[in-house]
Amino acid sequence: MQNEKITYISAKSKWYKIDFKEIWRYRDLIMLFVKRNITTSYKQTVLGPLWIIINPLISTVVFTVIFGVIAKTSPGGIPQFLFYMSGNLLWGFFSGCLSKGSATFISNSRVFGKVYFPRMCSPISDIIFSFINYLIQMVVFIGLVVYYAFTNPNVQPNIYLCLVPIMVVQTAVLGMGVGLIISSITTKYRDLNILVSFSVSLWMYVTPVVFPASKIADSGVSWLYPLFMANPVAPIVEGYRYAFLGCGSFEMMYWLISLAVTALVVLFGLLVFNKVEKNFIDTV
Amino acid sequence: MKLENNYVIKTEHLQKEYRLGVIGTGTLRHDLQSWFAKKRGKEDPNRRIGARDYEKGDTFLALDDVALEVERGERVGIIGANGAGKSTLLKLLSRITSPTDGEIAYRGRIASMLEVGTGFHPELTGRENVYLNGAILGMTKAEVDKKIDQIIEFSECEKFIDTPVKRYSSGMFVKLAFSVAAHLDAEIMIMDEVLAVGDMKFQKKCISKMRELAIDENRTVLYVSHNMGTIQDLCSRCIVLDKGKKVYDGDVDEAIKLYMGGANDEFFHFNYEDDRLKFPVKRHDLNMKSVKFNGRTTNLFYDGEPMNLELEWENLEDIPSLSMRIEVQTPQRQPITSFVLEDFYSGKKGETHKQKFRINVSQFRRGRFVTRYVFFNKKSDSSAYEDIEDVMGLAFRRQVSDTLKQPWQRTWGTVKLGDLELVNEE
Repeated sequence: MQNEKITYISAKSKWYKIDFKEIWRYRDLIMLFVKRNITTSYKQTVLGPLWIIINPLISTVVFTVIFGVIAKTSPGGIPQFLFYMSGNLLWGFFSGCLSKGSATFISNSRVFGKVYFPRMCSPISDIIFSFINYLIQMVVFIGLVVYYAFTNPNVQPNIYLCLVPIMVVQTAVLGMGVGLIISSITTKYRDLNILVSFSVSLWMYVTPVVFPASKIADSGVSWLYPLFMANPVAPIVEGYRYAFLGCGSFEMMYWLISLAVTALVVLFGLLVFNKVEKNFIDTV
Repeated sequence: MKLENNYVIKTEHLQKEYRLGVIGTGTLRHDLQSWFAKKRGKEDPNRRIGARDYEKGDTFLALDDVALEVERGERVGIIGANGAGKSTLLKLLSRITSPTDGEIAYRGRIASMLEVGTGFHPELTGRENVYLNGAILGMTKAEVDKKIDQIIEFSECEKFIDTPVKRYSSGMFVKLAFSVAAHLDAEIMIMDEVLAVGDMKFQKKCISKMRELAIDENRTVLYVSHNMGTIQDLCSRCIVLDKGKKVYDGDVDEAIKLYMGGANDEFFHFNYEDDRLKFPVKRHDLNMKSVKFNGRTTNLFYDGEPMNLELEWENLEDIPSLSMRIEVQTPQRQPITSFVLEDFYSGKKGETHKQKFRINVSQFRRGRFVTRYVFFNKKSDSSAYEDIEDVMGLAFRRQVSDTLKQPWQRTWGTVKLGDLELVNEE
C-alpha cells in the first residue's frame, strides 16, 4: 500500500512549528536508542549495570566524608549519608539530562549528516536512559529511607512525597531545556561545550546539594536567600529532600516560580533546537 | 506550490547557498571569534573547509534554481562531476539540510541511503542493528518484524546475525546494511553511490533489487553514481547537473554521452599537448597526441573487465613498421611487466592515426598501477631497435572480488599467476 501523505519543504519554514506528531511516529526509534544505550553502556565491564548504583554511592561517600565529617554542612539529626544521597541522586539526574542534551548535535553529527529523523528523538532517548538509571538508584535510596524511617525518629517522609513525581519530571525537563539551548549554540560555538562540564559542577555548589538551604537563610544577608532560591533547581532539590527526609522546608512560592522558569526554558530550548536542526549540518 | 497527482517529487527554484570565507561578517560575535582564532595563531573557524576562492562574504551556489518533477515508478539517475550539486540535491530531498530558497514537495516517505549502515553500533548484534537501522530509516518495529527474515536472507549473513557487528568483515557489514535499506517500505528511495562498496556479485544483486522495487512495486528511485554502468543498468531517466544547474534531463544514454564529453578528467583521458607527460627519446619519429579509456569515466577495473584504450598519434617521419609496448609499473615506478605488440602498423610522414587496443588487466592484484606507452622500431633491417616515443600512460586501479581479499595479501606481490597445482606422487 502506498502512503499518500504529502510533505512540503520550503526555505521559508515557520520557526514555531514543532512537529510533535512526527516525533510520536518515531517512538520505536526512541525506544531502540534507549535499548542501544542500555546494552552498550556496560559492555565488556566486569560489574556491568551495577555501576549505575556504585557510581552515586561512591560520590555520596565522598560527599559524606568531605562535607559531612570535615566541613560539617549537613543538619544535625539526619543520617549524613542519606542527606547527601538525596541531593546527589537528583542532581546526578539533572546534570545527566543537561550534559547529554547539550551534546546532541556534536555527538550525533555523523548520523544527522546522513539520514533524517526528528532530531528530538536523540535527546528524548537520552533522558529516558538517564531516567531509568535514576529509577534504579532510587530503589536503593528508598530502601534506605524506609529503613531509617523506622530506626531514626528524625527521618520523616511526609505528604509532599505526592509532589515528587512532578519534581522529577520537572528536573528532566529543565535539564533537557538547558541542554537543548546549549547544544543549539554549540553547533557554531564549540567553546560552550568545554564550558558545560565545568559550569555544571559550579552550578551544583549554588544548589543545596551538599548543604541545606537553611545555611543560606541563616547567613544573615537578607537578599541572599531569595537570590539563591531563584536558581530553578534549588527549590526542587530542597523540596525533594523535605518530602523524603522531613528536613529543611518546602516553600511553595519558590517552587511555583521554578516551575514557571522551567516552562520558559524548555519552550525556548525547543524553539531554538527546532530552528537550528534544519541547517546545523552546514555549520557544525 | 501544488503537487499534481501524477508526480511524487516536485521541486521549484530549488537553491542552496553556502557561504565561503568568513561566515556572517558584520556580526560582532563572529568577528570576535575569528579575531580570537587569529590571535591564537589558529585557522579561522568560520572558514569553510575546501573554500579555495577565499574571499570575505563570497557565496557559492551548490544548487541553482533546480526544477524537478518525478513521476511514480521512475528510476532517475543523477550524474555530474564532483561539486556539481548531486549530493546537495539528495541532502535537500532527504531533509538533512534545508534549502536557501525554493520549495520541495513529495508524496509518501523518503528513504535516503546516503551512506549504508548509518547508526550501526559495533557492539550490537546484526539483528539488533537491523532493528535500530530500520528505525533510523523510518520503519516502525512492527514493520521490521515483518521483514526481518527477508532482510537476513538477502544479506547472506544468516550465520552471523546474532554476533556483534564489530566482528563482521567490511563486506558483510555493507551487505547487511544495504539489505535493511533495500527492504524499507518507503515510496521514494534515494541512493548516493552506496553500491560502490561490496563485491560485484552483490552490487548486481542490489541493482536488480532496486529495479524490481521500482517496476513491481511502483517505487521511485533516485540514484547518484559515477559508475555509468550501474546508471545504465538501473535508471530509466537521467539528469545531468553541472555547477549546480540542471543541464540535461531525459534519456540515459544521451545524458551519459553529454556528461562524458563535458568532463575532462585526467583519470581516463590524456592530451599530450606539451612535453610534460613525455620522456626523452633519441629519435623522435612519432608524436603521441592523446589516449583515453574507451567508454569509461573511471580508471577502476573489476575482475574480468578488459581495458580498452584508444591512442592517437602523428607520424613525424615515414614509419615503415611500428611496434609498441605498454609497460606497467608500481606507483613507485618499479617495472612489473609489459604488453608488447610487434610490427602492427606502417604509415607515411604527416599522417595522424587512431588505434584501439585491448589489454587484459585481470591478472593484476588489487592496487594502483601506472603505465607508460613506448613506441619503437628499427631504422633499417640491419640496425638495432630504438625507442621513438615514450610517454606516461593512464594510471589504473584494480579492485578484486577475491574471497581472500585480506590486508595480508599486500605482501603477495602485484601480479597473480596461475593457481597452485597439487601433485600426488604415484
